[in-house]
Amino acid sequence: MPDILVVAESRGGEIREVTFELITAARKLAAGGEVHAVVAEANAEAVASAVAERAKSGGYRVVLFAATAQGKNLGPRVAAKLGVPIASDVLSLSTDGDAMAVTHYVYAGKIVATMKLAANPAVVSIRPGAVEAAESEAQTTVERLSIESDASRVVVTDTIQGDSRKLDLADAPVIVSGGRGLKAPENFKLVEDLAAAFGNAAVGATRAVTDEGWRPHSDQIGQTGRQVSPDLYVAVGISGAIQHLAGMRTSKTIVAINKDKDAPIFKLADYGIVGDVFEVVPALTAAIREAKEKG
Amino acid sequence: MKIAVCIKRVPEMDVKFKIASSGTAVDETGLKFDMSDFDGYAVEFALQTTEKLGAGGVTVISLGPDSVQETLRKALSMGAARAVQLKSDSVPVDGFVIAQALAAELKDGGYDLVLFGKHAADTASGAVGLMTAELLGIPMVQACTKLSFDGGKGIARREVEGGAEMVTFPLPGAASIDEGIARPRYPSLKGIMAAKKKPMEVKPVQLAAPRLTITRLELPPERQGGRIIGEGAAAVPELVRLLREEAKVI
Repeated sequence: MPDILVVAESRGGEIREVTFELITAARKLAAGGEVHAVVAEANAEAVASAVAERAKSGGYRVVLFAATAQGKNLGPRVAAKLGVPIASDVLSLSTDGDAMAVTHYVYAGKIVATMKLAANPAVVSIRPGAVEAAESEAQTTVERLSIESDASRVVVTDTIQGDSRKLDLADAPVIVSGGRGLKAPENFKLVEDLAAAFGNAAVGATRAVTDEGWRPHSDQIGQTGRQVSPDLYVAVGISGAIQHLAGMRTSKTIVAINKDKDAPIFKLADYGIVGDVFEVVPALTAAIREAKEKG
Repeated sequence: MKIAVCIKRVPEMDVKFKIASSGTAVDETGLKFDMSDFDGYAVEFALQTTEKLGAGGVTVISLGPDSVQETLRKALSMGAARAVQLKSDSVPVDGFVIAQALAAELKDGGYDLVLFGKHAADTASGAVGLMTAELLGIPMVQACTKLSFDGGKGIARREVEGGAEMVTFPLPGAASIDEGIARPRYPSLKGIMAAKKKPMEVKPVQLAAPRLTITRLELPPERQGGRIIGEGAAAVPELVRLLREEAKVI
């Protein structure tokens, strides 16, 4: 019955949703043991030190992070301070005798690896969206860790706010993504309008268009970009290069709209429409708006 | 500036992988290998940096069996000055074991900067860089989308949820490289010829016993894709119906 330390995600003082996914996973694993959640908003060096100290003094069996930008920056630091490996971006986590068993996508999302983590503590980061947060976990207290010294060699000199109205690609149930088939950066308006019609959608892009500077690199979905797993992925004017598919092939439902009937994306898509995106997407936007209004 | 870049040899991902009979590795028959994507960006960035400064050199380091020499040699062909193979029978998935071996090699190298790719294309863990820097006790900025240097300091941009942050860090330091920094150059014929004369040091290493190991590899269930439901705007009503009734996403 392990005791588990959950390192919560926060931004601007607010605990982020993914934390409740971690706590849900922790409770299942703890099977009666204690689950403690902690949070700290400070530079990565200071937080990593504080978390490692807490993990040691608390004798936790498992330390959990979310595999977000924040968690990916913290988890390995904490693991190294504790002298143990980290199982990163896992899809599932369970006990395996004295050890932990995790699953994880490898080889550009084409293979699922089951791994054994035989270290104590077991440091693990969980892929956002891999675990469904149980309602009850919103009630869990998250303790604020005191940071003794905020000193860090890495100094943040500027914070650039993204558009706070934009849903993050990791959180969005729907992602509408655009590629070269849109022909020009201003045509991304079609993609944005469709995303707005869904109401709960984020906008993604392929490497081809981020390389051209049409969209920021942070919007790039693919092998060297974000890996996403939304309920619905709509690929607009995207041919389906392997490195792009690597970023979205685990989406629950995939829709592709492309002029070229031989585009590789259609082989992966659950539903494909062959046609001119400039005709199909506005029509789809209107239809989705109507469907949402009808309820 | 003396720069070390840690690189990994990975299979090219544009194939249908098969699982080897052991069940814990990929069948390597017919696979082509290359430097992992982000590692290539890191090598290119290191080369551009030393070229811009007109001073210093790039050392590339890779852990693994002799097959990694091919990847190290590619880096030499691109312009790296020196290569080091930390020779081991295999490459563990336990990133801490790899970090320990890299840190031991890097410790006395006098490097101003140690670079890594954000994560390896095959294992996609993203831990080795941070762990190595931690063991070396040097500051590390993870997943940089911009990186430059000014007066003994590194200036980096990293994407975070909800935006980005600009950071500075003192040298000696470490960084892992994300998208948007550099695309690797193709080695020129001149570079390939010059690489043959550059030092390739082979150092056998004893790795610690791994505590993270693969117990099984499986191909996920094949998606049943390929359904074209229609052409043009006329297909939209059917798509909406399917999304509502079949996929249940709206």
